[in-house]
Amino acid sequence: MNIAIRGGRLIDPKHDVDRETTLWIADGRVASIDASPRGFKAERTIDASGLIVCPGLIDLSARLREPGLEYKATLESEMAAAVAGGISHLACPPDTDPPLDEPGLVAMLKYRARSLNQANVYPVGALTLGLKGETLTEMGELAEAGCVAFSHADRPLIDTQLLFRAMQYAATFRYRVWLRAQDAYLARGGFAHDGEVATRLGLPAIPATAETVALATIIALARETGVHLHVCRLSTAEGVAMLRTAKADGLSLTCDVSAHHLHLCDVDIGWFDPQCHLVPPLRGTRDRAALRKGLAEGTIDLVCSDHSPVDDDAKQLPFGEAEPGATGVELLLPLTLKWATEDRVPLASALARITVHPAAVIGVDAGHLGIGRSADVCVFDPNEHWTVTRGALRSQGKNTPFLGLEVPGRVRYTLVGGQIVYER
Amino acid sequence: MRNPQLNAAGDLIHLLTLEGLPAEVIRRILDTAVPFTSIAEREVKKVPLLRGKTVFNLFFENSTRTRTTFEIAAKRLSADVINLNIGVSSTTKGETLLDTIDNLVAMNADMFVVRHAQSGAPHLIAAHLNRTGRSDVHVVNAGDGRHAHPTQGLLDLFTIRHYKKEFHNLTVAVVGDVLHSRVARSLIHGLTTVGTPEVRVIAPQTLLPTALTSLGVRVFNDMREGLAGCDVVVMLRLQSERMKGALLPSAGEYFKHYGLTAEKLALAKPDAIVMHPGPMNRGVEIESAVADGERSVILPQVTFGIAVRMAVLSILAGN
Repeated sequence: MNIAIRGGRLIDPKHDVDRETTLWIADGRVASIDASPRGFKAERTIDASGLIVCPGLIDLSARLREPGLEYKATLESEMAAAVAGGISHLACPPDTDPPLDEPGLVAMLKYRARSLNQANVYPVGALTLGLKGETLTEMGELAEAGCVAFSHADRPLIDTQLLFRAMQYAATFRYRVWLRAQDAYLARGGFAHDGEVATRLGLPAIPATAETVALATIIALARETGVHLHVCRLSTAEGVAMLRTAKADGLSLTCDVSAHHLHLCDVDIGWFDPQCHLVPPLRGTRDRAALRKGLAEGTIDLVCSDHSPVDDDAKQLPFGEAEPGATGVELLLPLTLKWATEDRVPLASALARITVHPAAVIGVDAGHLGIGRSADVCVFDPNEHWTVTRGALRSQGKNTPFLGLEVPGRVRYTLVGGQIVYER
Repeated sequence: MRNPQLNAAGDLIHLLTLEGLPAEVIRRILDTAVPFTSIAEREVKKVPLLRGKTVFNLFFENSTRTRTTFEIAAKRLSADVINLNIGVSSTTKGETLLDTIDNLVAMNADMFVVRHAQSGAPHLIAAHLNRTGRSDVHVVNAGDGRHAHPTQGLLDLFTIRHYKKEFHNLTVAVVGDVLHSRVARSLIHGLTTVGTPEVRVIAPQTLLPTALTSLGVRVFNDMREGLAGCDVVVMLRLQSERMKGALLPSAGEYFKHYGLTAEKLALAKPDAIVMHPGPMNRGVEIESAVADGERSVILPQVTFGIAVRMAVLSILAGN
């Protein structure tokens, strides 16, 4: 179908485009911007005046809960939620049930996702069998089946020798390794940031050193092995400083922060709000400020939703027993816009952190609107504010600490491969 | 965020923690408890303040002393008392905590006395009742995880006031495992709220929460230094599973550094009182000569505990 998106402010961070113009789409691809291609006849014209037209968003961590956890969410529900959030590409962590540790599971997930014809799904393979931290997975087979990287999700990987070997093996074949830095022993038994709030509320705590100790290990092993490393869900000010130093030393690595941690801190736990039970834990105000600054200056490369649908039975429990996680794909854009507005980050720069930067980490040529590329587009109204309510969310997971909050940015159209997969 | 234990008018509807409770509310509970202490000395140890009310003791964690004193308190107020030792059985049956609560509310419960191993469980129940329009059903926290044990904190305040009359001129030392202690957190909040000028905490670093000074206390690692000039010494229980391991090398070494002996007590003021929430580990945190000595008020604490719990239940019932 030939589509013309007219009158919008087109922002393509990769190509430094930021102006009011028309985007021409033909045969699922970007045909032209500005001038109409020769003989172009639009079958559908979208009036985007007053709206932003940008590349489809790319989310580096969205749990779709399949296979095995369909009572929490299904591919259908979460893919619908993702495109409603303007997301055209997403990577899903391997902590399904069973974990994504063998090619058949990955192929099935890719097949199921493709048949829904919505966002592009990029599975992340398990680094070890069953995410048990004992035996390496068949990374070659998994990569052939479609895994774009290998990770240990939020499961502990205690054996540092095995971690070292896993990184060496991945480096041999240039596979990407995504790791969250948390020392399993220092974090043992804890579920809240070790600070004033945990002290007052008597919540077993995870110290900031759980992140920094593990980060030091991971960085040292990455330096030694030369593996293509991505650090997931940074949460502490000290962690940001360590990443800044590592990058300044010339180490090639990237890192992300979840949208939750840009806006929330341990104080938001209030009187034990289980919605604020997240992984990693919400840390102090100083940490939050460092994460926001780190994202603005580029130490942190991108924002992800860390989408984790949790059912009510698992959430309506005392803080420590409540399952961690929150729904997020529909909030990735609003929370990124909110951060950009509050910290005076230019819109194009903010959008780069949810488009072209995560595309580079996945290793996919996406997140931009180059001529001839797949027409993956998000059209949103930056001035429309909406209130996050259970009813407003398409995700089957209705639990998020942002319930009741008014957020900026409403997606109007999402296009994947030139098809309109969402409009409102 | 409004304190979930107070209604819009500032009245107490649940007792969940002493943190954030206005000093006048605490004083009112202590004052109300005074006449209740004499009921125990009467021939008929009952008053009809809770007649026709049903109190559920919901103990998700084992307890003998606290459950018994709550039961006695409710019975002396003429309430019907149902004891449910739930342990982990309801969760193994697949029923969630809030489902259990809804079922008991449907049985026309008037009050829940809740003990739970997880910090914040009573808050969850109270918030659920408030949200579902049943804030007429009251929740009393009988100890949640490491968080709070407000009636213990109140009975400690009652005991201190009984022997010392005022708080504004006192130095109080809390000694031992503050990290895992709901008793310590409640007592610290209670003492600072009623205007105690100096609250000290004495423990090794492994038994102290990170940000303890933010609660308004002075931290001492040396017991002799911390006890100097104290009016009140509160010893905390050390759980046996924590006596030997990563937190402490041995019970013996703990006693050497942090056990209360007559010799160390001599560093406090001559009229200092010694308290302990029980149950005591003799020879671990306190030596018998001190526990049974003339300055020990450990048994009166238990007696006052019933009066204080009667006061709490009676105020929540609207008396």
